[in-house]
Amino acid sequence: MTALLAHLSGRVDAGAKLLVPYVMTGLPDRVSFPAAFAAVAEHADVVELGLAYSDPLMDGPVIAAAGERALREGVGPRHALDLARELPAGVPRVVMTYYNPIHKMGEAEFCRVAADAGVCGLIVPDIPIEESGGLRSSAAEHGLAWIPLVAPTSSRKRVESIAATATGFVYAVSTLGVTGTRRSLSERAFAVVSACREATDLPICVGIGVSDAVQAVQAAEHADGVVVGSAVVAALLETGAQGASAFLAELRSALDRMSV
Amino acid sequence: MTEMAKVPDGFGRFGEFGGKYVPEALMGALDELERGWEAAVADRAFSEELTRLRREVVGRPTPLYEAKRFSELAGCRVLLKREDLAHTGAHKINNTVGQVLLAKRMGKQRIIAETGAGQHGVATATAAAYFGLPCVVYMGAVDVSRQNLNVIRMQMLGAEVHAVESGSATLKDAINEALRDWVTNVEDTHYVIGSVVGPHPYPELVGALQSVIGDEARAECLELTGALPDEVVACVGGGSNAIGLFRSFYRDQDVVLTGVEAAGEGLDKRHGASISRGEPGVLHGARSLLLQDDQGLIAEAHSISAGLDYPGVGPEHAWLATSGRARYVAIDDHQAIRGFKALAQSEGILCALETAHAIAYVLDTDVSGTVLLGLSGRGDKDVATIAEVLSR
Repeated sequence: MTALLAHLSGRVDAGAKLLVPYVMTGLPDRVSFPAAFAAVAEHADVVELGLAYSDPLMDGPVIAAAGERALREGVGPRHALDLARELPAGVPRVVMTYYNPIHKMGEAEFCRVAADAGVCGLIVPDIPIEESGGLRSSAAEHGLAWIPLVAPTSSRKRVESIAATATGFVYAVSTLGVTGTRRSLSERAFAVVSACREATDLPICVGIGVSDAVQAVQAAEHADGVVVGSAVVAALLETGAQGASAFLAELRSALDRMSV
Repeated sequence: MTEMAKVPDGFGRFGEFGGKYVPEALMGALDELERGWEAAVADRAFSEELTRLRREVVGRPTPLYEAKRFSELAGCRVLLKREDLAHTGAHKINNTVGQVLLAKRMGKQRIIAETGAGQHGVATATAAAYFGLPCVVYMGAVDVSRQNLNVIRMQMLGAEVHAVESGSATLKDAINEALRDWVTNVEDTHYVIGSVVGPHPYPELVGALQSVIGDEARAECLELTGALPDEVVACVGGGSNAIGLFRSFYRDQDVVLTGVEAAGEGLDKRHGASISRGEPGVLHGARSLLLQDDQGLIAEAHSISAGLDYPGVGPEHAWLATSGRARYVAIDDHQAIRGFKALAQSEGILCALETAHAIAYVLDTDVSGTVLLGLSGRGDKDVATIAEVLSR
């Protein structure tokens, strides 16, 4: 069992709902990034460290713009791992990155560097299970949990195959589309979660479009937790570390009220 | 080269290139497309309808044209496969009528496309109008301004043109935006990719639809000259007109296949030569040769020609290059303009700036024997760009 899964299972078994916020590594700037991370991590069970990429085809305007800003700050994927290494230990962190930077560095080398930087899991939104075999082996070798995405369009058979590769949690994509806030949680989120639930006992977190405490609670009623990306990035960039912390505190207490 | 028959494999791999590097949300749609294409190919009614569309809508077969005065300049016998005479003025229409016919057969309600120079956007808008389907075209903001004539054509054809401001605001960013649309609307929308790029089955599908170019040209060349050409030449951006021409000659081992990439401002500066100067990577759903930096970030390509301004290339070309079956050269912006003028003044043909790279290669290189050159498109769209460069 990966360290991440042990941690998450412990929390879920204790009745907690998981809160997984996303930060773009290197924002608001290199110097203030550690403080931003700390403000977000304070309320989190796991933090997703996004690595900026030139062609983020799964990202909507907020995260795409954040990535462009990080690249302008000079924080590409390699620099982002350097910044990750300097963060204090504590709340587990996983990396969310597009595949080409991994391919460029080499799958084994990327996993080695990420693990060395204190990262404990990997989310790669632009490769399906058929292309991820080598990367999953390398991740396992370096103790990195594999966190695969399940989509509303995934067939039952695919959900089973995908869930079987998970060694951290299963990322249930709530709706068809790119990252970004939504007015309401898609009806389809529940169907995706129940398909995942039939396929696995691992924790299931709902992501894409979870924008506020009300939606987080709705999503967490059926799942084990939520991933919150664009809303956190927007809060951080618009209202600073304190604003992001306040936003997440609200989500945290709403989720904690669900605990039995 | 017996292994030529075995590619791509069931997962769209051309040797180490190709594949399906896409978000999970698209996997179902790609499977559906693959099955839909297989079923269509096996259906005689589909083939007959495609043949009729090629004849009546596209205007095929296009002529093979002996460029006598240009041949004197080039020092070899040059035969031009006139895709500029296809409806809408480029080879792109071969692909779009086929894909939209397929989309209609699969029950899709909406068509989207990306475009660089605008030729693929115009060809998609044309096919969508013919079949009565709504059409959205994504185009980089830089390309919108340098290829404005094509923007107006698409709008007149009833398509919605979305200018894409992100990244380098050119073709690669237009593809990103089209993929974002597709991820969101995948259940009722067909994405008409314009080149032999993207995840499987696109490179195979587009290559098959464009093979009509080479199949015709090979037969026309035999009829005209009694022999196969010594060399087949085509420009390569994503590479669909080149694949369309090359595929018909894979088994003709004595025929040299030459792809001409954009050297832009020069290979040591900004360019679009993904094969000459790229390295393996994953972009837009496939593993191929790419222009990228040391962290795996995709580099911005440059070419005076919007259609060659792309940091990647179709996986089949990457495979042809590494296997040695085809060779690839690069021609810069200035050479392309010289080629454009040379063809215009010797033959009375204004070719696309993309094509002008292939023309310039034949003009500037010591090529001998009979050369079959893919005249991929007409150059009306480029005259403003050329006028601006010449006035500097």
